[in-house]
Amino acid sequence: MENIFECTNLSKIYKNAIALSGVNLQIKKGRIVGLLGPNGSGKTTLIKLANGLLTPTMGDIRIDGMPVGVETKKIVSYLPDHNFLTQWMSVERMIAYFSDFYSDFNHEKANAMLRNLGIDCTKKIKTLSKGTQEKVALILVMSREAELYLLDEPIAGVDPATRDYILRTIITNYNEDATIIISTHLIADVEQILSDVIFINHGDVVLCDSVDNIRQREGRSVDELFREVFRC
Amino acid sequence: MSWSFSNDKPIFQQLKDIIILEIISGRYKPGDRLEAVRDLAVTAGVNPNTMQRALAEIESTGIIYTKRGDGRYVTENTEIISEIRKTYVTGKTRDFIKRLKTLGLNEKEIIQAVEDALEQGG
Repeated sequence: MENIFECTNLSKIYKNAIALSGVNLQIKKGRIVGLLGPNGSGKTTLIKLANGLLTPTMGDIRIDGMPVGVETKKIVSYLPDHNFLTQWMSVERMIAYFSDFYSDFNHEKANAMLRNLGIDCTKKIKTLSKGTQEKVALILVMSREAELYLLDEPIAGVDPATRDYILRTIITNYNEDATIIISTHLIADVEQILSDVIFINHGDVVLCDSVDNIRQREGRSVDELFREVFRC
Repeated sequence: MSWSFSNDKPIFQQLKDIIILEIISGRYKPGDRLEAVRDLAVTAGVNPNTMQRALAEIESTGIIYTKRGDGRYVTENTEIISEIRKTYVTGKTRDFIKRLKTLGLNEKEIIQAVEDALEQGG
């Protein structure tokens, strides 16, 4: 199975809005993919469909050849776009809790990252700053030895230094067989770690290509192309 | 090494240029071992696949080579290095001449400008 992520004619229609309309996509193993689009373009919907938080209205979505379900959740590590940490727990409790849930959780990896960032594991989550909480969330998600990482806006709310740390964490922890999908609209910040980009707008995929191809063909960065394609 | 990238070229090409420059300017010596792909990618802040591609292309020039199971090394063949250095210098010089010509300078004026600048300490 060469494609870790595949969707065919995938559509999601909410009560009175079309979030995705007939999306066809194939993502190969071992890539870091940017899911790029303006606000409300369908990025989060696509990610939620991929981890079973939503069900498609029409069409098909497969992870490593399997329909979304218990088996695919084992290999998918998901960072939601909102804070999912249990506020009353201490960091170490949260880690134990997470590792109870996921058999692929790597304790050493998590501890090493927490140490690097100087996060005190005995502290309660609710006493940590927003930025630190985001770091803890990312550490939890990246400490799993998953095959597909779905990161929904991992860098939105943090300062530039933390952003660099997060991007470095992503590169350091990524292995050649795993695939990472990062949704964001901060393209300039992530462009150099991406292998491919998907432009999505009004629920449609408007472009899907490698960053190298785009730069070669356009003679400009993905960020510049994005600004043109999505000019308001 | 300074890892900053311009917008107009693919990143693997820019990585290639940066690393080759490190070698022909002597910051990597003949026979030096390069860091692992992953480590280089992390320092440069780029995708490991992109770094891998850049290194593979540099390798095809012969200026670096792979020892199986032991990583990449700068060639000990100094001829290759000086050959690539020469090509690099020629390219840079041509770019420079072209830019000055678009300003309307003729050859004599270009040589004069270079001499003047060198006299003032570069």
